[in-house]
This record gives sequence, C-alpha cells and structure tokens, in this order.
Amino acid sequence: MESGFGSDFGSDFGSGGGGAGGKLDPGLIMEQVKVQIAVANAQELLQRMTDKCFRKCIGKPGGALDNAEQKCIAMCMDRYMDSWNTVSRAYNSRLQRERANM
Amino acid sequence: TRGRKGRAARAAREGRADPDPGTGMDAPSATGLGAADPQLQRFIEVETQKQRFQQLVHQMTELCWEKCMDKPGPKLDSRAETCFVNCVERFIDTSQFILNRLEQTQKSKSAFSESLSD
Repeated sequence: MESGFGSDFGSDFGSGGGGAGGKLDPGLIMEQVKVQIAVANAQELLQRMTDKCFRKCIGKPGGALDNAEQKCIAMCMDRYMDSWNTVSRAYNSRLQRERANM
Repeated sequence: TRGRKGRAARAAREGRADPDPGTGMDAPSATGLGAADPQLQRFIEVETQKQRFQQLVHQMTELCWEKCMDKPGPKLDSRAETCFVNCVERFIDTSQFILNRLEQTQKSKSAFSESLSD
C-alpha cells in the first residue's frame, strides 16, 4: 500500500487555515475533511482485508509467516480489492436503477 | 500487481463510485452546521451521502466475501463475480423487504409491540 498515508495527513483542522488574520478558509477545511474521510476509508478497508485474509490464509499460527502463507495473503489482498470494486460497481448500478424507476 | 493494487487502493481511497445525492435516502439536515454557509452545507450533504455509500460497500464486501469466495486465486473468476453482484442485489432487496414489511406491520396494527408478541 502507499507509503504516503501516515506522513501527510497528520495535520489538525485549524493549523493550515489560520493565516495572518486567523480567518478560516472553508475551501481548505473542505479539502482537509475530504482527506480525513479518505484516510478513514482506507483504514477501514485495510482492517477488514486483514481480518478476511488472516482467516483464509493462516491455519495454525507458526513461529513466522511461511512462503505459502505470504503468497496466499498477497493473492487474498488482490482478490479482496477486486471484490470491493465489484461490489461498489454493483451497488452503484443498483442505485442508478432505483433512481431511474422513481 | 503493484500498479493495479495502487490504482485500486487509490480508487478505494477516493471513493470510486460516486453517487450523486438524492438517491431516495434523505440527507440529514445540516442547517445547524452549515447555516451560515450554503456551500458548506452542500458539502456536508454530499460527503455524508458518499460516506453512507462507502460504508455499505465495506459492509457488503465483507458479507459477500463469506458467501462467494472459497480460496483466493490468481484472479476473480466469473462465477465469484456473478455471486458478488447477486449478493449485492439480494442484500438491497432484503433491506427493502424488511422496510416494507415493517411499514405494513405498523399500518395494520396500532403498535409494533403487538406484532412482536404474535
């Protein structure tokens, strides 16, 4: 996964929007909110992916992850992303269909 | 796979399927928060709607994974893909069914608790 996740997104809300007069820029706040939301979604995805792939790939936990387990986890990650995208597309289609029927 | 993973992760991060608001679900009233700034209020409505969508995708992916995925292979085969699509549709159907039946139950009886005790 991207390495830039943790480093860029640690700033608080107000720190970037202060400025000389202390006036908050709504545009900047909206951008920061979007970023925070994106980070939260990525974390959620990671958490669920880790759960599912651990269940699928790790039998009785050994002293380390062996090669088979690592290969399985790597494939599992890709399949989970594929599944997520498939679900996202299917849900979007359904929503559009519902809207068209209204 | 690195490029694909990165792209998919980016798509997931950006909330790939972006529904426009007004999908039949009411956006929460944001008059308190965005009262002074209609742009901000609009922003809140849109982002809230997007988040609802994202959350449901997370939830359905998790549920449907259990039903549709046996052993993760080198690609998502067409049978699994069909299963995921069906799963999404049936989940939405289930949700609508529950809402409709609940509505009927409340109409025909004076109190919901009556129907629970049947």
